[in-house]
Amino acid sequence: MSNPLLKIRNLHLSMHSFDGKAHVLNGINLEVKRNEIWGLVGETGCGKSLTGLSVSGLVSSPPAEYHGGEILFDGEDLLGCHEQRLLALRGNKIGMIFQDPTTNLNPVFTIGTQLVDVALAAGASDPQVLGLTVGASGRARRRAARALAGDMLDKVGIPNARARLDDYPHQFSGGMRQRVLIAMALIGRPDLLIADEPTTALDVSVQAQILDLLRQMVDEFRMGVILITHNLGVVAQTCSHVAVMYAGNVVESGPVRRVLEQPAHPYTRALMRAIPTRDVKRGALFGLAGSVPNLLSPPTGCRFAPRCALASPACHSALPADREVAPDHKVACVHVSAMKETSYA
Amino acid sequence: MLRFIIRRIIMLIPVLFGLTVMMFIIARLLPGDPVALAAGPNATHEEIAALAAEFGMDQPMIVQYWTYASGLLQGDFGVSIFTRRPVLTDILTYLPATLELVFAAMALSIALGIPLGLMTAVYRNRWPDYLARVLALASISMPRFFLGLLLQLCFAMWLMTFPLGGRFPIIYEYPPFVTGFLTLDALIAGDLESFWLACRHLALPAIAMSLSPLATIMRMMRASTIEVLQHDYVTTARAVGLSQRRIVFKYVAKNAVSATLTVIGLYFGWLLGGTVLVETVFDWPGLGLYATQAIVAQDFMPVIGVALVIGLLFVLSNLVIDVLYGVINPKVRYA
Ligand SMILES: Nc1ncnc2c1ncn2[C@@H]1O[C@H](COP(=O)(O)OP(=O)(O)OP(=O)(O)O)[C@@H](O)[C@H]1O
Ligand SMILES: [Mg+2]
Repeated sequence: MSNPLLKIRNLHLSMHSFDGKAHVLNGINLEVKRNEIWGLVGETGCGKSLTGLSVSGLVSSPPAEYHGGEILFDGEDLLGCHEQRLLALRGNKIGMIFQDPTTNLNPVFTIGTQLVDVALAAGASDPQVLGLTVGASGRARRRAARALAGDMLDKVGIPNARARLDDYPHQFSGGMRQRVLIAMALIGRPDLLIADEPTTALDVSVQAQILDLLRQMVDEFRMGVILITHNLGVVAQTCSHVAVMYAGNVVESGPVRRVLEQPAHPYTRALMRAIPTRDVKRGALFGLAGSVPNLLSPPTGCRFAPRCALASPACHSALPADREVAPDHKVACVHVSAMKETSYA
Repeated sequence: MLRFIIRRIIMLIPVLFGLTVMMFIIARLLPGDPVALAAGPNATHEEIAALAAEFGMDQPMIVQYWTYASGLLQGDFGVSIFTRRPVLTDILTYLPATLELVFAAMALSIALGIPLGLMTAVYRNRWPDYLARVLALASISMPRFFLGLLLQLCFAMWLMTFPLGGRFPIIYEYPPFVTGFLTLDALIAGDLESFWLACRHLALPAIAMSLSPLATIMRMMRASTIEVLQHDYVTTARAVGLSQRRIVFKYVAKNAVSATLTVIGLYFGWLLGGTVLVETVFDWPGLGLYATQAIVAQDFMPVIGVALVIGLLFVLSNLVIDVLYGVINPKVRYA
């Protein structure tokens, strides 16, 4: 097996702000292969979006400061990349979808215009996207781009796709707009798709359709996916793998069945316990005292330790290393072996 | 859209009516005797009375207004008691010069202000931004006539690259009348030499007039661009691989311009009403100059006529802006 599609190794990121310097990513590790759908879950503010944006090179510095680690995409370190190179990767190799479909399309251009521009940009980096040879004329490229835009729109399930290219975003429903955005992200045939809470702003039935569509697209394009979400139900239904984040760390990761059925990290367990009680608001965790640490002056050692029932002096002194408790199932907790004896249910 | 335009034009009528009443009252409240002034220093009492009767100035004010208003409805703006010519004829003679000047100044300030606003927003808080903002502040605070004098001093007197004033060399003949804009008329006639002459006469007064709208448009554009750059769709555009140039000059620009349009419309009207000083400095034969002469002579009909025309153009320019706003922003629907 060659390089994984994406390998994030020990990524550290601080955000400078008015209040000071917040250490928001504290050594992230994550590995995504083609055809894998990784769920990235965790409380609000734990750094999920920044992790995703970092892969696309969309976190501007300042205020961001990367101090350590690497993001390897097909073996190429993205943190050392020039903007020009990142521009070529975005859309062609790495696609992104965001949360709110009502604000992510430009309101004053038709979706055709927007899709065609994305297709042309993708075609400029990789002529094969448009199915043309290198020296094709501008006219030919525009025509090919428009045809491709129509095809993509059709593929993501917009009825009467070609005619709708001339419509403006406000003429589409929320779910339809998210389909348009998916088409836009996939038009350059990326190998990696980062979807940051793509269904949070949609109602439940539309949510399921969009997730179906995503799965279908992964099969068709053989992509790797990072699906950022708050919803463990979505993870269980959609993902092949899951990474649980807490305050800037991936505390537990592995195949989705294994992690959800036998969670090993105390934080993951708390998350799992929070699920069945439907009336608990997201983020408010059942049976978990205290709150997320202040990242301006984070605790040394395990960042979950101040809220953890099992915490011992060792937890407070050093950040626990990843331990592999089963094939591909990694947990960053010194108490893993102790917990094995306790029951989960 | 059409219904919207028609409704706006109908709404114009009471506005213009109010304007005439106001102007009429103000004109009559001013001290001095315009008839005596027009009749000349050696006129006898009888001659003055005869002149007053000729122009209906001996009637009560209500009657005078009634005569004027009913004339207006037939397109009659009254007669200047000074030049003894119909006001409408005078206005049509001087209006094109003013419009040409205002259009040139607006074109200049839009063509420079919008890209400069975009650039300063993108290079926010770096030296191009600081430089442009300091210059903008300076040009907003400088009075236009003073700037005009400076330009004259510099380019007309020292460097001698531009004419000192006027619209066209006196010894030359105007190109054949089509639009009344000398530059356009020269082009239509295919007369490049006249075109070049007209442009050179237009340049300094247009620059003097354009600086403060340029600075305002630039600052407005900068502010709205900064606001637009925060929108989610800008991040999305970057995430799907569009280049920074394409994002700024196409996607962000169109959104930011729609916020700037209102300012452009207001400035257009403001310039129209404020040409007097620049026209005086550059001896530009426009409405401003005409109105000043009429005011000095206490010749009311031209003053009211000019005010009406400027008011009308002001409202029309705002109407155009509203229509453009709908063209740019598809979500704006006119009922
Ligand atoms: N531009 C910024 N400047 C300063 N701090 C920032 C900035 N963006 C994010 N942060 C901080 O970084 C941390 C992680 O933010 P991030 O957006 O990645 O969280 P998240 O896990 O995606 O949360 P959510 O679930 O609410 O989307 C937060 O504490 C946030 O306050
Ligand atoms: Mg987020």
